[in-house]
Amino acid sequence: MQIETTINGKKITLEVANDELLSDALRAKGYLSIRQGCDTSCCGLCTVWIDGKPTLSCSTLAFRVRDKQITTIEGVAQQAEEFAQVLVAEGAEQCGFCSPGFIMTVLAMKHELKNPTEQEIIHYLTGNLCRCTGYMGQLRAIKKYLGGA
Amino acid sequence: MKYVGKGLPKLDGIRIATGQPVYTEDLTPANTLVVKILRSPHAFARIKTIDTSQAAALEGVACVLTHQDVPKVRFTLAGQSYPEPSPYDRYILDEIVRYVGDEVAIIAAVDEKTAIRAMALVKVDYEVFDPVLDFETAAEHPSVVHPEADLACNIDIGLQQEKNIVCSHINEVGDVEQELAQCDVVVEETYYIQAQAHAMMETYRAVSYLDHTGRLVVTSSTQIPFHVRRQLARALQLPASRIRVIKPRIGGGFGGKQTGCVEVFAALVTQKTGQPAKIVLDRRETFTSTTSRHAMRLKVRIGADKEGFIRALDIEGLSDTGAYGEHAPTVFWVVGEKTLPLYNKTRAVRYHGQVVYTNKMPAGALRGYGATQGTFALECAVNKLAEKLNLDPAELRLKNLIKEGETALAYHGKRLGSSTLHQCIEKGKELIGWQEKYPRKEMGNNKVRAVGMAVTMQGSGIAGIDTASAEIRLNDDGSYTLLLGSTDMGTGSDTILAQMAAEVLETTLDQIVVYAADTDISPFDPGSYASSTTYVTGMAVVKAAQDVKSRIIQQGANFLETTVEEVTFDGQLLHAGDKSMTLEKLAELSILGSGKLQLVGHGTYGSNVSPPPYVAGFAEVEVDQETGKTTLLDYVAVVDCGTVINPTLARIQVEGGIVQGIGLALYEDVKYDTKGTLLTNSFMQYKIPCRKDIGNIRVAFEESHEPTGPFGAKSIGEVVINTPAPAIAHAVYNAVGVSVTKLPITPEKVFMGMQK
Ligand code: FES
Ligand code: FES
Repeated sequence: MQIETTINGKKITLEVANDELLSDALRAKGYLSIRQGCDTSCCGLCTVWIDGKPTLSCSTLAFRVRDKQITTIEGVAQQAEEFAQVLVAEGAEQCGFCSPGFIMTVLAMKHELKNPTEQEIIHYLTGNLCRCTGYMGQLRAIKKYLGGA
Repeated sequence: MKYVGKGLPKLDGIRIATGQPVYTEDLTPANTLVVKILRSPHAFARIKTIDTSQAAALEGVACVLTHQDVPKVRFTLAGQSYPEPSPYDRYILDEIVRYVGDEVAIIAAVDEKTAIRAMALVKVDYEVFDPVLDFETAAEHPSVVHPEADLACNIDIGLQQEKNIVCSHINEVGDVEQELAQCDVVVEETYYIQAQAHAMMETYRAVSYLDHTGRLVVTSSTQIPFHVRRQLARALQLPASRIRVIKPRIGGGFGGKQTGCVEVFAALVTQKTGQPAKIVLDRRETFTSTTSRHAMRLKVRIGADKEGFIRALDIEGLSDTGAYGEHAPTVFWVVGEKTLPLYNKTRAVRYHGQVVYTNKMPAGALRGYGATQGTFALECAVNKLAEKLNLDPAELRLKNLIKEGETALAYHGKRLGSSTLHQCIEKGKELIGWQEKYPRKEMGNNKVRAVGMAVTMQGSGIAGIDTASAEIRLNDDGSYTLLLGSTDMGTGSDTILAQMAAEVLETTLDQIVVYAADTDISPFDPGSYASSTTYVTGMAVVKAAQDVKSRIIQQGANFLETTVEEVTFDGQLLHAGDKSMTLEKLAELSILGSGKLQLVGHGTYGSNVSPPPYVAGFAEVEVDQETGKTTLLDYVAVVDCGTVINPTLARIQVEGGIVQGIGLALYEDVKYDTKGTLLTNSFMQYKIPCRKDIGNIRVAFEESHEPTGPFGAKSIGEVVINTPAPAIAHAVYNAVGVSVTKLPITPEKVFMGMQK
């Protein structure tokens, strides 16, 4: 079926199958920052924003985004890079495979929470798994980023 | 030093962090076939008949391949240097399937949906056998997992096929039984370590196609491009020169990608159809049909005299390699290699036992590679010994651990080059607050806090075997290209190798282009495993940089019409008396002008020692006595990795390894049903640590200087995963008196233990 949707600010007509997942549809459209790390909605790698809210694109049927605003990391490149600079200074992007989803959640948190405590940060990001870094460096980066922003 | 020792950001950091298309799947050409694998539902069976006609007839299906379509040459998927020590025990597809998830047929179609539809149309009739599911009785089981006559080994590993024994091993120095009999105190315990999953975020994947000359090109998320090329050559019966393996960015490996889990399936499809093909395993397949850590049972006997000197150590091992023997002998040997030399006041040491085949998912390489298993068993036993001797466990260690310049029975006279392990222990005690906190403190509300500790060693590369090369080219604009075959899987090795080159060449990092890894272009490197990249490849890079530097000076002398002795080179300018020349000019003249010589430096390095890095790990836990739940509050890891080349990246390596070790210790349970199906096959059932599960982690370095390493460096990648399990087990014991000997340490085990 055809749906109208907005991706990173651009109106787009998507041809999607009934059972197609948003993650697959986005990758097929060339948004290759979308990664998948699981098939049980556990890892957060596929996180995008739908109407500004961080959402698992692997658990969203593509046709459900009709008339919605989708944002991928490509659509917030500048903000993403600002945070990535801090993250990279901490060395907290190892393989980087989890990073786009993680960064999308961090940026959403920044919009949503004012001066979050460490516990609130950890809670907000619980659904973003990372097997490489051990999370501590990511936390240091977030604190620096929020502190300096 | 200008570059070595600096916490510089990774060269690829910003690009990978912001989601650029630089990983294997992102590089798929258009019109690539999608490869799916039909897998065995049985743990052990023979394919009586397999009918692919309907599946093959489906529109969009390019091929359906079965055991009838593959070369009858056995090979191993383990990525190891020649002669490969793992047994040649598999075909690409076999008539016999040996575990639930084993490959039955390869289906390639225009898209995933079609491939999945075709898979449902393949009809297989199985003759089901009684599977070997319990590794502790595998040697007596009437079923033989590998009865085939053409199973082969390059070296004698003690294979006894009819008893399901893939490897038997004994290493004894002195008379252990006699020494144990003379000890005043002996403790004995049996420990179990589970088949941990790597759970790297990027699952296994490869893309293959034929190039403009008809050669097979495989792009793969692999740690071992050169080994994969050799595997493919054997498996597909092609000359290695007809194969090119390219490694782009890798989304984590942890040893998993030291086994060629998927390349051969895509490559076979391309070989058969001439078309590009890609295989991407889903998470479930990654859990059920690749490899894991070797599950082991390790029985330790350790004895000491009244003064607290450890005099005898005996470890008897049994390892479960599952259905195929990838890394089976080597992982087993490493258990002993990385435990026996630690406590060197011993008069006799022994490590012995067997590795068995079972009808479960094959085991393979996983960060730690046997040392993790050995450390858990040994360090738990040492903590138990300390209690029996009424000694502080830190004191017992300080008294017994090997020091720099000393030897150990297992070293046969060789001396230890570098170690600050004793300082690591002192520092760790201070950081965790050992004096105040050991052993326990009641917190009220049924909660108890306690601390525990463990130490460990690993190696740096494989002594006498692994050899790596590096090349550095001076380009026409005065910049350099560093060609590597090692595989940065996120650790930042490309960056730290460039730091080393920059240090030698006295240039800036932006003047060095790092290229890795591509078997057509890179010099040979075994790949990144066995904690080898910093140490082995690092030395090759240093040598290559020195080589190109001396060629630059030679060329400078030619242009400046003087002798080499007269020329000084500061990285930018060459001087001789009052004459000078920029590097840029020298490069230009050499390549484009009158010099007529492109300057290239080569370095090849292999070491006959594998210098151990060390970690002292300290855990503070809180145990809830009502539920048995353990909360990790604080973990301190003090590390001796020699010179720290990049403190920022080294720290993250440590933190990441510690957390993976915490997963092994507390959360990552592996469960099979009675038919041999893995139940823990998703992140729902197999819990890796999330942010909430880890408490605080603190890392400190106690640098030593390794005389054989680049700038004094050793390794860091693996050693960091080893201490959490024994240190946490110790802390839990100190809290509630329950000694959990079977990982992971679940609330259930602790609670049940408290009821005894
Ligand atoms: S891919 Fe894992 S949560 Fe979406
Ligand atoms: S950096 Fe590799 S999974 Fe997070």
